[in-house]
Amino acid sequence: MSNLKKAFLVKYGEIAIKGKNRYIFENILADHIRRALKPCGDFKVSKEQGRIFIEPFSDYDYDEVVDRLSRIFGLVGICPVVVLEDMDFETVKEATLMYMKDEYEDFNFTFKVESRRADKRYPLNSMEIACEVGAYLLDHIPELKVDVKKPDVKVWVEIRSRAYIYSKIIKGLGGMPVGSNGKAMLMLSGGIDSPVAGYLVAKRGVKLDAVYYHSHPYTSERAKQKVIDLAKIVSRYSGRINLNVVPFTDIQLYIYEQCPHEQLTIIMRRIMMIIAERLAEKYGAIALVTGESIGQVASQTIQSLNATNSVCNMPVFRPLIGFDKQEIVEISEKIDTYGTSILPYEDCCTIFVAKHPVTKPSLKSIIRSERRLEKIDEMIEEAINNVELVKIKPDEEE
Amino acid sequence: MEIYLDNGATTRPFEVVIEEMCKVFREDYGNPSSLHKKGFEAEKYIINSKEIFSKILKVNQKEIYFTSGGTESNNLAILGVANAYKRSGKHIITTAIEHSSVKNTINYLGDNDYEITVLPVDSNGLIDLEQLRDSIREDTILVSIMHVNNEISTIMPIEEIGKVIKEKNKNTIFHVDAIQSFGKLNIYPKKWNIDLVSISGHKFHAPKGVGVIYINDNIKINPIIYGGYQQNGIRSGTENVPGIAAIGLAAKMMYDNLDSNVEHLYELKRHLAGRIMNEITDTVINGIDVDKGAPHILSIRFNKVRGEVLLHSLEEKDIFVSTGSACSSNKPSKLGPLQGIGLNNEEALSTVRFSFCINNTIEELDKCVDELKNIVPLLRKFVRH
Repeated sequence: MSNLKKAFLVKYGEIAIKGKNRYIFENILADHIRRALKPCGDFKVSKEQGRIFIEPFSDYDYDEVVDRLSRIFGLVGICPVVVLEDMDFETVKEATLMYMKDEYEDFNFTFKVESRRADKRYPLNSMEIACEVGAYLLDHIPELKVDVKKPDVKVWVEIRSRAYIYSKIIKGLGGMPVGSNGKAMLMLSGGIDSPVAGYLVAKRGVKLDAVYYHSHPYTSERAKQKVIDLAKIVSRYSGRINLNVVPFTDIQLYIYEQCPHEQLTIIMRRIMMIIAERLAEKYGAIALVTGESIGQVASQTIQSLNATNSVCNMPVFRPLIGFDKQEIVEISEKIDTYGTSILPYEDCCTIFVAKHPVTKPSLKSIIRSERRLEKIDEMIEEAINNVELVKIKPDEEE
Repeated sequence: MEIYLDNGATTRPFEVVIEEMCKVFREDYGNPSSLHKKGFEAEKYIINSKEIFSKILKVNQKEIYFTSGGTESNNLAILGVANAYKRSGKHIITTAIEHSSVKNTINYLGDNDYEITVLPVDSNGLIDLEQLRDSIREDTILVSIMHVNNEISTIMPIEEIGKVIKEKNKNTIFHVDAIQSFGKLNIYPKKWNIDLVSISGHKFHAPKGVGVIYINDNIKINPIIYGGYQQNGIRSGTENVPGIAAIGLAAKMMYDNLDSNVEHLYELKRHLAGRIMNEITDTVINGIDVDKGAPHILSIRFNKVRGEVLLHSLEEKDIFVSTGSACSSNKPSKLGPLQGIGLNNEEALSTVRFSFCINNTIEELDKCVDELKNIVPLLRKFVRH
C-alpha cells in the first residue's frame, strides 16, 4: 500500500437544493455523521462545497465506518477518497496512478477520468485535467482502455481546497437527515409493518417516538421485549426513540364487555389513536405514523381507516398504504426487522379478534357503540399516567 | 413469595450442590486428564459420581458416561446405535409422545435412509405392547421409549417393554429416555433389559449443562463427538468436573430418600388435583389417573381459557407454571403428547402443566389454587370468538 492519505467524501442528495436553509440540513447531517462515527475512532467532519468531508485521525475499521455511514438518512453516496494537500498537477497525476494501483489488481477494464474544478484559479480546466490524467494513466498502465460513453470504472479527480481522487461510490440510503423535519409518534406493534412504516417516515427526516399497547396477561413479557428489540433496530436509522408502553388490558376488556364484538377491533384502534395523539402532544410530536395498508385486514379497509382516522386531529402518516405484503417484507428484510417481527408472540391486536369483524363500519354505529363506554375517559387517563417509558438508543450510543 | 411449579422444565439446584460446585471451581479446577496431583484430585469427583450412578442403576461403573445433558444423551444413544448397527438393519421404533430431542433425532434418521415406526398411544399415553411386539422385526436395531412423559406424566411399563423387545429380537437395542423419571422413580437397566438410559442433571436439582448416559457394555455405540479420547472415546472433551460432581451429589440426595420424596410429591399432586377439580368448574385432568402417573407432573385443562394467558396471569402473582413442555412452548403448531393422546388443538391450548419438586409445600399449592379461583372465571369472561 502506498501512503496516500485516505478519507471519505460524502454526497448528499435532496438537501443540496434547499436554498438558503441548506446549511441547517447540512449541519444536522454532519452532526449525525459525527455521532455515528464516535465509537469508531477520531474523525474530523467538515462541510465542503456541497459535500461533507470525513477525515480520520486515528486507526479505524473501514467496514464499520461504511456500515454506519450507510445507515444515515440524507446520504446518497459514500466515496472512499485519497486526499492531496499538494495540488501540483504532477503530484495529482502521480497520486492518481498510485491510487489506481492500490485499488485495482487487474486492469482489464475500461475507464474514464471525470474531473471537477471548484477552485477556478487552478491552471487547468476540468476538461484538461481529465484528458491529461487519463493519458498519464494509459501511459503507465497499458492494459487499461478508455471508454468515454460507458466505462466500467469512472475515476474522479476533484480540485477543491484540496484534491480528491476516488472511483467508488457506495450507495447511501437517501432521504433527509433525521430531525430536519419534526417529530412523529409511531404506533409500533410486534408485526412486520409498523417498523417499516417508522423507517420510511424517518427517512423523510422525521424524528420518531413510539407507542406500544401491552395487554398483560394476554400478551407476554416476550411480546413486549420483541417490540423493544424492533424499536432498537429502527433506532439504528432513526436515532433515539422514546418508547411508550401503554398498559392496555383494562381498556380492551372494557370494550369487550360493553361493545358489539364485531366492532371490537375498530373501537380498540380508535382508542389507540386517541392515546397515541395524547402521547404525541406530550413529546412535541405533531403527527402519527401507522403501518396500515389498504385492505390488508378488516381494520384496514378504507371504511375502517376512515372510522379510526376520524378520532384524531393530527395528520396520520401511512407510508405503506399502497404497498402489498411482499413489498413490505422486502423492506423489513433489508432493514433487518423481519426476523424479529416474525417471532410468534401475540400482540394486543390479535387477542380478542371477532370471527367476523365488521369490514365496512359505519361511523355512526361505531360512535353509538362507544357511548356505552362511560368510563373510557378516566381509563385513558389512567393508561397514560401508567405508561412505562423505555428509552431506546441505537447500539453505537451505548 | 415465589411459587415455582415448573420443575418439569428445570429445577432449582440444591444449595449443597451449588456449594459443592463452587468448591470444585475454586479448589479442584485441575484437568482430570492431567497426570499431576491436581488432575487426580479432579478425576476423583468423576469416579465418585460414577460410583453413585452405578449404585442407583445397579450397573457397572464403566457403563456410566457423562454428557452435556439430556439432549446430548438422547442424541448419542440414537445416532450412536444407528451408526454402529447400520449393517445389521435400519429399522427403528419409537412412540408418538417422545421429547423433541428423541423425536427430531429419529426424524433425522428417517430422512436419511432409516425406516421409522412410530407407535401411537392411547388416551392415557400408553403404547400397546402387542403392537410393539408386532412391530419388532429382524432388522429392528433400536427401540427408543421414554420412561415418564414430561407433559402428561404417563409412566411407560419399561420392564414389560424390555421383556417384549428381547423376547422378539434379542439383538434389538432398547433405549430409555429417563430424563423425567430419574430422581423420582427407580430404573434398573440390567434387570429390565435396557441398553441405554438418558439422564439430565437439571431435572433433579443439579445444574444445567450436565447429563449422564448409561451404555450397556455389551453393545457397540459410535461417538458423535470426536476429540481427545476422554471417557473411552465415547464422549471426548474435557469433563465438566463441577457439573459431574454436582449431578452425582444431587442424584445421591434424591435416591437416599426416594420413598419419602415420592410420597411427598404424590401428596402434593393429589392435593392440587383434588382442589382444582372440586373448586374450579370445567377442568379436566389430561392423561392417566393422578395415582398412576408420575408423582411430580399434573396436566390440567381449563376449558375456555388459554393456557398461555393463565400462565401469564399466575406469573403476575409470582406463581410459575408452564403450558405444554417448556422446550416447545414457542411452537404451538407442533404436535406434542397432548395431541398424541387425542386432544384437539383447543384442548391442548387450554392446558397448563404443574410440576413439583420436593421443596414445594401444600401451602404453596393452596395459594396457587386460591389465585386460580380468582383468575380462571375472570379469564373465562373474555374469550375469542
